[in-house]
Amino acid sequence: MTAHLHGFGAFLPETVVANAELADRLGCTAEWIEKVSGIRERRWAGTDTTVADMGVAAAEDCLRKVGIPANTLGMLIVASGSGARGFPGPAAEIAARLGMDSAPALDLPIASAGSLFGMALAMQMAETHGDVLVVGAEKMSSLIQTEPLDPNTAILFGDGAGAALVSGRTGRWRLLDAVLHTDGQYRGDLALDQTGQLRMNGLSVILQAARKIPASITEVLERQNISAQQISAFLLHQANFNLLTRVAKSLGVSPDKLFSNVQRYGNTSSASMLIAASEWFEGNPDPGPIVFSAFGAGFHWGAIVGDSRT
Amino acid sequence: MLPDSTRRQRLRTLVQKIAGKPAPDDEQESLFESGLLDSFALPDLVSAIETEFGVKVPDSDLNPRKFDSIERMDAYLADRAQ
Repeated sequence: MTAHLHGFGAFLPETVVANAELADRLGCTAEWIEKVSGIRERRWAGTDTTVADMGVAAAEDCLRKVGIPANTLGMLIVASGSGARGFPGPAAEIAARLGMDSAPALDLPIASAGSLFGMALAMQMAETHGDVLVVGAEKMSSLIQTEPLDPNTAILFGDGAGAALVSGRTGRWRLLDAVLHTDGQYRGDLALDQTGQLRMNGLSVILQAARKIPASITEVLERQNISAQQISAFLLHQANFNLLTRVAKSLGVSPDKLFSNVQRYGNTSSASMLIAASEWFEGNPDPGPIVFSAFGAGFHWGAIVGDSRT
Repeated sequence: MLPDSTRRQRLRTLVQKIAGKPAPDDEQESLFESGLLDSFALPDLVSAIETEFGVKVPDSDLNPRKFDSIERMDAYLADRAQ
């Protein structure tokens, strides 16, 4: 299997919701929100904007940047835990609106880690399906605004979408390896009921993520005989800035190596890793090995390593 | 096996070191609900327990309830010692 990563795309809604606005509703301070999360503001989509709307926008941005028409795609994978329907998920609508009329479009309802699982799946599917577009799109604001607001979740989440093109054709980064894991015993600690109630045991999520993210990164790097210090950039799910700095400490790397935009967009769940990757790439980064990693509901977690020099 | 009082005193010292404040007198008091520790202190606390007591806490034991109070941490370590 040889898969390559060609590029990224992203979409963020225009409406900025600053901590001060939420602090008034939650009875806390803007400074407290930033202290516990690192988040200063997030974007929330309008009531008429759907997960599919944002997914299409990110997909089109990615396809434009890599110079691929949508009708040549061999497969679409859409990660989202906040789609409007139980079924069909947003993949079918996004595919139709992109002009794909027969290539398979697969939903991955894996909150927060869905884009990582989608990329790992695309690494395998690229051999048989050609160009595979991975999209992560989330409208988390629709899940957290039920009054009374839950401060554990209301301060964290934002809306947006990201995309990446994975292909068997030679591209900018060769995707070398992926590790994926699931432990369902904690499935109740981060869950969205069919009633629309989002439940999060923050202590459990942080405790597990703080261990499992660095462990999965170490696992995939050891398999490829690459040290964490050789990685030029870590592109992680943007859960919480404090978690990112903790992961950097566990890996023994400078926090600067972990790209972060959670301060401006909040936690956009499955979209966040690809939004971060898109923004990181816009900054003309140095060549070298890169790592993707995410942790989310289930719990699902894992890591992918790629290299621009192979 | 360590006497309970010694183990609990060492746990109190760990909690105080991580929190930067004295541990509560009530050893049943939740360290997190009381606000003494926040969620990001929990991974530090587990790592400190591993180092201090020479044990490896497996991922299957990473349940916050096991580390919620000095009494519960002590009970967990007592189970591990058996």
